[in-house]
Amino acid sequence: MTSRGANHNRPLLEVRDLHVSVGSVEILKGLNLTVNLGEVHAVMGPNGSGKSTLTNALAGKPEYAVTEGKVLYRGKNLLEMLPEERAREGLFLAFQYPVELPGIRVREFLRTALDALREHRGLDKGSLREFNKLLQEKAKELGLDEELVKRSVNEGFSGGEKKRHEILQMAVLDPELALLDETDSGLDIDALKVVADAVNKFRKPDKAILLVTHYQRILNYVTPDFVHVLIDGRIVRSGGRDLALELEAKGYEWIRDAVESGREISV
Amino acid sequence: MTQAPTKHDRYLADFEGFERDVAARGPEWLHELRQRALARFTEVGFPTARRGNERWKYTNINPIAEGTFSYPFAAGEVDGERLHTSIPWSDDWSRLVFVNGLHSAALSSVGVGADARSLAEALRADGQPAREHLGRYVTIEDDAFAALNTAFVHDGALVHVPKNGSLDRPLHLVYVTAAGAGPTVSYPRTLVVAESHSRLTLIETYAGFGEGRYFTDAVTEIVLGEGAQVQHYRVLMEEPDAFHVGITRVHLERDSTFTSTLFARGCAIGRNDLLATLDAPGSSCFLRGLYLTSGSQHVDNYVNIDHTQPHTTSRLYYKGILGGKSHAVFGGTVFVRPGAVKADARQEDKNLLLSDEAEVDSKPSLEIYADDVLCGHGATAGTVADDALFYMRTRGLDLNTAMVHLIKGFASEVLDKVEVEPLRLSLDRLTTASLPELQPGLVS
Repeated sequence: MTSRGANHNRPLLEVRDLHVSVGSVEILKGLNLTVNLGEVHAVMGPNGSGKSTLTNALAGKPEYAVTEGKVLYRGKNLLEMLPEERAREGLFLAFQYPVELPGIRVREFLRTALDALREHRGLDKGSLREFNKLLQEKAKELGLDEELVKRSVNEGFSGGEKKRHEILQMAVLDPELALLDETDSGLDIDALKVVADAVNKFRKPDKAILLVTHYQRILNYVTPDFVHVLIDGRIVRSGGRDLALELEAKGYEWIRDAVESGREISV
Repeated sequence: MTQAPTKHDRYLADFEGFERDVAARGPEWLHELRQRALARFTEVGFPTARRGNERWKYTNINPIAEGTFSYPFAAGEVDGERLHTSIPWSDDWSRLVFVNGLHSAALSSVGVGADARSLAEALRADGQPAREHLGRYVTIEDDAFAALNTAFVHDGALVHVPKNGSLDRPLHLVYVTAAGAGPTVSYPRTLVVAESHSRLTLIETYAGFGEGRYFTDAVTEIVLGEGAQVQHYRVLMEEPDAFHVGITRVHLERDSTFTSTLFARGCAIGRNDLLATLDAPGSSCFLRGLYLTSGSQHVDNYVNIDHTQPHTTSRLYYKGILGGKSHAVFGGTVFVRPGAVKADARQEDKNLLLSDEAEVDSKPSLEIYADDVLCGHGATAGTVADDALFYMRTRGLDLNTAMVHLIKGFASEVLDKVEVEPLRLSLDRLTTASLPELQPGLVS
């Protein structure tokens, strides 16, 4: 069980020289990143730069092979943990492409997941009534239909419902570090605001968020403490909120050119 | 088709004893039917699995043909308490229990108002409605197993729901084989006549008690009069080494509705042959099935739906979960006859393969001889999706729990539709209990 007190100075996640391959192709080529409690980090990058590889590797997806480097979570070796152990330690991944689970209802699924997490934290199973109340409340906040929790997970959900359902899970499971993998893509502006509200609500001194996105649009609603630019498997530039705006104005080519001409700014 | 005569000798010898000792007191028309059925059986012989014989292409019944199963002249015994705890059960259901094919009055209990009785008893009395309907839908020309069952037709269930009548609670027909000395065969026979605008919920359970090989050759005929509604469940929980061939024929009149769910736990060879004939406008059938096979089991579902008239509707949704080196077959055809316009038919068979060595042959087909119809079919076979497992694990579920949920989720798409709650809970438990056999190492 982890202690969950707020600590702004102690790093929650430390990624050091991370190399990840899928099959024989190396996608992350020495990535460095430190996330402290209370912080929101945005990782931006063009298609194919390795954004999803980073989140999937951190969550422990089997086909993502870590060939070099290390990842510490609260000082513990994250890479040794099974995906479910990472989840129980407080890591959560909102999927870019949520998976359909036919015949498994949202409500039962989340209840089973929450029980597993609570057991790991040494807590009792909460009452069913409280759980249902919490679920209903969070679903309402996210503008999800009440009936959705009775449906099979992600089956027949619209694109927007799938993304909001990921955030619903985050709100209910209450992790410590949320990895949001392009949660903003495919959302219309109203849904984007609803999701951003939920993310802002989640943002607390004892939590951290790693938000991966192609566009800076969501950053208008969720203000990051740090923005990192990921190109070709490495973070090539880091800065504040302004970096995202500059990227939007000048495009990724601008950064790529800057990097190639040797003006890399390290983290 | 020629067969080695030895494959019939056992049955011929048994038939003589059967006619002399067991069936002697039956009516003359029945005696004649049996004689004709036996002659038909010896003429056609057991079917052969081979190309060209579409009905039996993927199922080799040689182990049955060569099994020398004998007719159990002595009635077997089953402990009531054990029966109660082993099969789906509710004290609220009416039930007729048959042991080795013979009615057990001690284990049966039929509520007031239900005309459900032992077929042997009914045949000794006036014989109606058995005389009118018996053998009319499953004919001795159907195949060797139908002929063989008919040759030995004696006991089973006769259910008659009169016009506008309804049974206030589900009726459970329980066919049990109690293993005795040597391999035995039983010939359960069920005849259900639901007169016009009647309603009935019927559960047929076939189960084995005790180790060993045996053979169940069952025939069920169900007739639905105008506007009748029959909800039917068929639960197969034969012993792992048993052989089961079940033939069901359903005949639907105008505006009648037949809903059926099959739950089949695997056995050495299990064959479920179902034909629903939508023989009048407005008739519809909804057929669902879930089959679970493990080890070297073999289950063959052969389902045909015959749309003979306009404005008829059918839906078929079968699912299989296969482990080990087991083999499942799904076959059958939706026929739309000339003139059966506005027929609306869908059939789908989905399979979940838990092992590389499990195999499924799924061949749903359509034969359409009418215009202006809406028909579709599909079959799939796949393994547990790695993406789904990973997704669940990122929510904190361990691999075992994730697997159990995925497999049960797959099954629930059929089981959730079971409207009789104690039965649904029972089938859910049976599925859970089967998981360690389906996927060794899995803890349910």
